[in-house]
Formats: sequence, structure tokens, C-alpha cells
Amino acid sequence: MSKVVKAKYTAEATSGFTHRTAMEEAARCLLCHDAPCSQGCPAGTDPAKFIRSIRFRNVKGAAETIRENNILGGTCARVCPYDRLCEEACSRCGIDKPIEIGRLQRYAIEQEEVFGMKTLKAGQDKKAGKIACVGAGPASLACAAELAKAGYDVTILEREAKAGGVLTYGIVPSRLPQAVVDHDIAQVEGLGVKFEFGKDVKEADVAGYDAVFIGTGLWGTNIPDIPGKDLKGVYAAADFLKQARTKQEAFDPGKRVVVVGGGDVTVDCAVTAKLLGAEDVKIVYRRTLEEAPGNMTEFQYALELGIGITTGMAPAAVEGNGKAETAVFKGFRDEAAELKLSADTIVFATGQGAEDMAKVAPVKLTDKGTIEAGEDGITSADKFFAAGDIVNGGKTVVEAVAAGKAAAASMIEYLEKKGVK
Amino acid sequence: MAVKKDLSINYLGVECENPFFLSSSPVGSNYEMVAKCFETGWGGVFYKTVGIFVADECSPRFDQTNKEGLPWLGFKNMEQISDKPTELNFENMRKLKRDYPDKIMVASIMGSNEQEWKDLAKMAEQAEADLIEGNFSCPQMTSHAMGSDVGSNPELVKSYCQAVTSVTDIPFIAKMTPNITSMEVPAIAAIEGGAASVSAINTVKSITNIDFENMTGMPVVNGKSSISGYSGAAVKPIALRFIAQMLQNEKLKDLEISGIGGIETWRDCAEFLALGCRNLQVTTSIMQYGYRIVEDMASGLMHFMDERGYNKLDDFIGMALPNIIPAEDLNRDFKILPNFDDDKCIGCGRCYISCYDAAHQAIDWNAEKRRPELNDNCVGCHLCLNVCPVQECITPGEIKWKEGRNPVDVTLKHHYD
Repeated sequence: MSKVVKAKYTAEATSGFTHRTAMEEAARCLLCHDAPCSQGCPAGTDPAKFIRSIRFRNVKGAAETIRENNILGGTCARVCPYDRLCEEACSRCGIDKPIEIGRLQRYAIEQEEVFGMKTLKAGQDKKAGKIACVGAGPASLACAAELAKAGYDVTILEREAKAGGVLTYGIVPSRLPQAVVDHDIAQVEGLGVKFEFGKDVKEADVAGYDAVFIGTGLWGTNIPDIPGKDLKGVYAAADFLKQARTKQEAFDPGKRVVVVGGGDVTVDCAVTAKLLGAEDVKIVYRRTLEEAPGNMTEFQYALELGIGITTGMAPAAVEGNGKAETAVFKGFRDEAAELKLSADTIVFATGQGAEDMAKVAPVKLTDKGTIEAGEDGITSADKFFAAGDIVNGGKTVVEAVAAGKAAAASMIEYLEKKGVK
Repeated sequence: MAVKKDLSINYLGVECENPFFLSSSPVGSNYEMVAKCFETGWGGVFYKTVGIFVADECSPRFDQTNKEGLPWLGFKNMEQISDKPTELNFENMRKLKRDYPDKIMVASIMGSNEQEWKDLAKMAEQAEADLIEGNFSCPQMTSHAMGSDVGSNPELVKSYCQAVTSVTDIPFIAKMTPNITSMEVPAIAAIEGGAASVSAINTVKSITNIDFENMTGMPVVNGKSSISGYSGAAVKPIALRFIAQMLQNEKLKDLEISGIGGIETWRDCAEFLALGCRNLQVTTSIMQYGYRIVEDMASGLMHFMDERGYNKLDDFIGMALPNIIPAEDLNRDFKILPNFDDDKCIGCGRCYISCYDAAHQAIDWNAEKRRPELNDNCVGCHLCLNVCPVQECITPGEIKWKEGRNPVDVTLKHHYD
């Protein structure tokens, strides 16, 4: 019998470093010249610098390096695809295995909390410009923080009851505990950014602002158009995760759960189902694992929990009498392949779509409904800027942070040009 | 054990099954401890120093230094000599000698005047000790008539050695303090006073760390701390230096020195033996790991002897000593350029940083390939080789002769661990 990990839905799956183990890991770092890890971060975080700070017993300096650059430093320490970014670039790979950069980042940010550090300060030179950020997800939080640091008056308008967006409503807490998200958001609040909740923003709501950032993310459900997709027990990933995050242990995921997809969200759904009591959870993905967008470490964690993974099978139908009973798949490339699985719950983690953005702003949209904007966050409409998943179609948190920061820089330039100082 | 070698050695006329002894310290301070160490394979014990003075100890009494997460690079100890009654200690020694007749019992003693030294030596003889060690070197005694204050005073060393050797024929070993510029002076005094040999080194006076909570040193005893002895791996180089200098002194060259200072592995043992020691004493690594470390000392040393074709310890004892020469006698006519293995190189650039910031700017950094490129500034210092994290990536390469010097055959080190 294989040893399967038993875990709690709300308990973080991986343990952090202590002072001693952090020191041991930092001592493994080669302290490279022109360190490759520091060139691997989309948000421009400098791991070589913060690891060196830890190595030389300056953990507060390490926390500063992270926080000054990434308002979501604690979150990114958990959800970044390190194995494909900084850790892949680590020179130590040439000797044995990379430095655990994500875990060291987590340690530094945990110490920031222990020491009650207040690294970021709102700009002393207060600007006249009033700015609205629509949505309280990673891109908006990063954008708002940059603007507040520059002295602008920023308000985040959020539809839900809590801030965080996908961090609060769309990731399994065993991977990203709410307390970590809340600590990061507290840094944004500490900069004087105002939050208004329960605001389903329309264009008229933001008329009074000098500039508006749209970082709504992708919350449109995207279930493939197959027979039975409307049966009870069929979920889109976002709805499934949100219900679980909201109801927590009271949420019943069903006994037999099939999750369709191959991304981190897929694994999050499967892990959520397993940790909330589903007896049998399976992931079915149409392509190969090598082609899957999800992180190998996440797939490995799913396996450790006893979640099965089947590849090469595409969803064909959901069958059932009034409610989902069977998920039917056919081979994606293999003509002969057939698969039928009994299931109470079928979750489609096959990507999420944009909601109706036209009601928020008169911006030009792509044919997928996402907002057309450059890497600088500039849209087709005056005073409207956008970044994050609603522009890139759904990428990583760290990329949303980077894009939110870039958009903030464009907004500052825009306001200065316009004479709103 | 597949490889079996004879580790026995005659030390000061006493046949020892091996050279591995506990030094006089907390690790050998009562019957049960010493019995256990004997059962584990130690050849003998320098039983924790006994005096007429009975120590009154503080709490806590230890600290350690570390670097990059590696603990116990060095260890600080504030314990003095035994805190048990004098008679009980000698009684333990006698019982141990009778129960373990093949193991070697060395009575370590410390008096505060000539009479005490004589009395202690007689008690050691009555306890049937094989050897006696005089502790002239404990740096944390609460009495200044004892310990390293004595060991750094050659006249006192000589007179106390005379006191001991006037009352007993058991070979007497004077334990030296490193808290002195030249150890040869008190060592010669000890021999002139009748000592058979010396042991070295005792601990180095130290303050290991400052505690900012109490603004004092470590360990913190009621908000205060004191200077006391430092030992462990960090002091091995200091011990080897003192031992080499004594054995290269004309008056001391035939001494059967008992080596002490940071011994932890068979390799450390072999190093002390190669410099000329005939007995080895260990404490700090036992405090960290326990008596069991002797198993790998014995096995490792046997494998070392097997590899090199030695049948007994005397086959290599002292072999390294003649090759330690004065700095002015080294051949300075050449330089050895480092050789960089581009395939093993992982592109960390540490050699580049150290060469630029601390040596001769002899490495150019190829940023595109992430590889070091040696230029003409190289002086052959090998700092790069010492900082490189990859085994045998940077190795000794081409030998270059300085302008106008005569090339001769050069002996090099080829392999780095």
C-alpha cells in the first residue's frame, strides 16, 4: 500500500523554515556573481539579494528586499511556479538541486510579520489625483500599492465581501492560507488604500476618478459545450473553489469527484475535494503532463493525497438522470480510447473567461472578451488602464503583480501629463 | 571489519591498544562514563582533573560558535576541574583500572602549591594510574594559583614538575596552555623539572559571542559572563602549530607528545600522528556526538593505513614534520596557474568575485557564457580554487617560472577533496 498524505483543508501543506533550517538552506546558496535566479523573476524580485541577507543574518533586510518589490511577497512565496522561474535558473542545479527560494522567501516574510515590520510607506508628497482600482485581486493590489507609494489617493472597488480575488476565492487554502493573503493585503491597507466591498462596478461608478485601473480577473465560467453540462453536480472551477472557500468544512464536494483540466486550478479543485472529504478524486486531462500548464510540484502533491491523474482523455458528455452520474471521455489523440467514470461531482477547470467588460469601461476587447492592453497597461480608452488575467487571459500571480506595477507606472505618467499632480 | 590494522602503540613505556584517549574534561568524570567509553573502544582516559580544590561550578557553562548554519565550529567551556571529592575520584580510577586492566588510566592532577602536587601524585600512584598528567593550563580556574596562570609561568611549571617527579616514578605529562606566545619555553621547563613529556593544547582563552539581551558574553550567568576556554575544530590549526614548533625544537624533538585540539575524525587523528604525536586526546567532539565517534576513528584510520601500506602507527608517525619548514626556505621561483574545467563549472562566478575583490583581478568574467577567463594578472595564489563550490573544477595547472629563476622538479598537490 502506498503511503498517502492526510491533511486538513485549511492547514498549509508544506512547513516553513526555522531560523536554523533557513540558515542551512541559505548556506547552500552559492551567492553567485550576477545571479541567474535574480534574472528569472517576472516581478523583478532579487532572490540573490534576499538570500544573501539571510546568510549574513539580516533577515529584516531580506524581508525589505522582498516587500519593496512585491506587495504580495507572502502569497508569491506559496503560489509562484518557482521550479520554472528562479529555481530553474539557480546555479546550484549544476551541483545537486536548487536552493528552495520560495521557502526562503516565505521565511523572510514570516519574520516580517513576527517583527511587526512596516516596510512600505505611503508617499509623503500627496498627489491630487483620485484613482479607482476595479477588483481586489493581485493586479489591482499591486497597482494600488504602487500608486499609494507615489502619494495618490487610491480606492479599490470589489464585488465580493473580501479582498484578494483569486487568492481569497480561487486557491485551495492548504496551498495558500487565508492568513498569508490577509497579511499581504494588510500591507496595501497600511499604505492608506481604501477598500469598498460589494461594488459590482459599472462605468458610471468610476466617473469621478481621474484614472481607473481594471484588474477584475477572469470569473466567467467556461464549461465545454457538451451534452449534460447543465446537470446538477457539474461545476466550473471558479464556482467550485469559491463555494469551498466560502463554506469551508460545511461544503460537501460529493463522494466521487472528477476534475477536468491540467492547470494549477485543476489541482486546487481536486485537492479541495479530497481535503473536504471526497472519497475518490480523479483528474482527467486531455493532453500529456508535459503539455500541462500546471506545476509538477502541484501534481505531485495531488498524487501524494491519493488523487489519480489520467491523461489523453477529453470530456465528451455528462450523463445522469436529473443530476450528474457519469462523466464520459473520448481519446484526445487516441481514436480507440474510451473512458466512463461514475461521479457525483464533475468540475471543469478548463480555463476561465472574461465577464462583460463593456459595462465597466468603453475599452476595446479581444474576441475572447478580455481587454486589449499593452504591457504598460494602456487600453484604448482614455483614463482606463488594465492588467492581470483580464488582459493576459489567465497567467500567474507574479505576472499579475508585475503587470499591475507596470500599469501603475503608466497611470502616474498619464496623470502627470494631464496635470493632475 | 574487513580491514584490520594494528593500532596499538607504546606511549611513554605503556602499551596502549590504540592512541584514542579521552582528555581530562567533563567527558570522563566518573566511573560509569569512563566504563562506557572503554566499552565503546577508547584506549584510555585522562580522568577529569582532580585537585585538593573542589570546583564550584556556574550554570549555564557552555557556548558554541557556528557559521552558515554549521554548529560547533568551536566550543566554549567554563567548567573547572572535578567537582567531586578528591578521594572518590581516585577510588573511581582504582576501580576502573581493576575492572579494565587493558585500558590505560591517566590521572590528571592539579595542585595549588608544591605540597598539594606531591600529595595528589602519591594518591594517583596509590590509585594504580598508568600515567599522571599535570594540568598547568585550565584557563577558567577561580584560583589564580592554578591553571593557565601557572602554565604560562615556566618557573612554576618546573618546580611543580619537580615536586611530582620527586615522589613518584610514574611518567608525568605536563599539559600546556596555548595562551602564550612560545610553548617551547614552559615545555622545556617541564622537561627540566623531570616531566616525561607534554600534552598540547589545552583550551584557548575566549569570548565566543556577545549576548545583546544582557549585553554580556555567552553563556550568560546571572547577567554576566567570563573569559574561558575555547576548543573544537576551530582550534585544531593552533594545536598543530604548537606541536610542530615543540617537536622542531632541539631540546624537545624526542618528546612523545599527546596531541589535543579539535580531533573529531580519523583524518584529524592521522594529522596529529603525522606531525609526530604518539597519543591523542578528545573532548569536544564527544560532547557533541558521544563516545561512539571512536568507531569511525579506528576504522577510518585502518583504511587509511591500508591504502598507504602502513602496518603500524609508527610507519607514519612524524612523517609530515620535516616538511614543515621556515617561510624563508620555501621555493618562491614559480607560480602554478589554476586550471578551470569549463564542463564542471556551473557558472556561479565566485572565483571571479574573490579574485577581483581579494586577489589580483586575474579573472575576467564572460557574462554571456557565464565562465571565468584567466588573464595575465594571475600570481598563482589559488584563492579561486579555495572558493570554488564544485569539486575539482578549479585545479592546479601550468607551472610558470619567474623571470631569471632556475626551473627544478616541483612537487605539487594534485587532488583536492
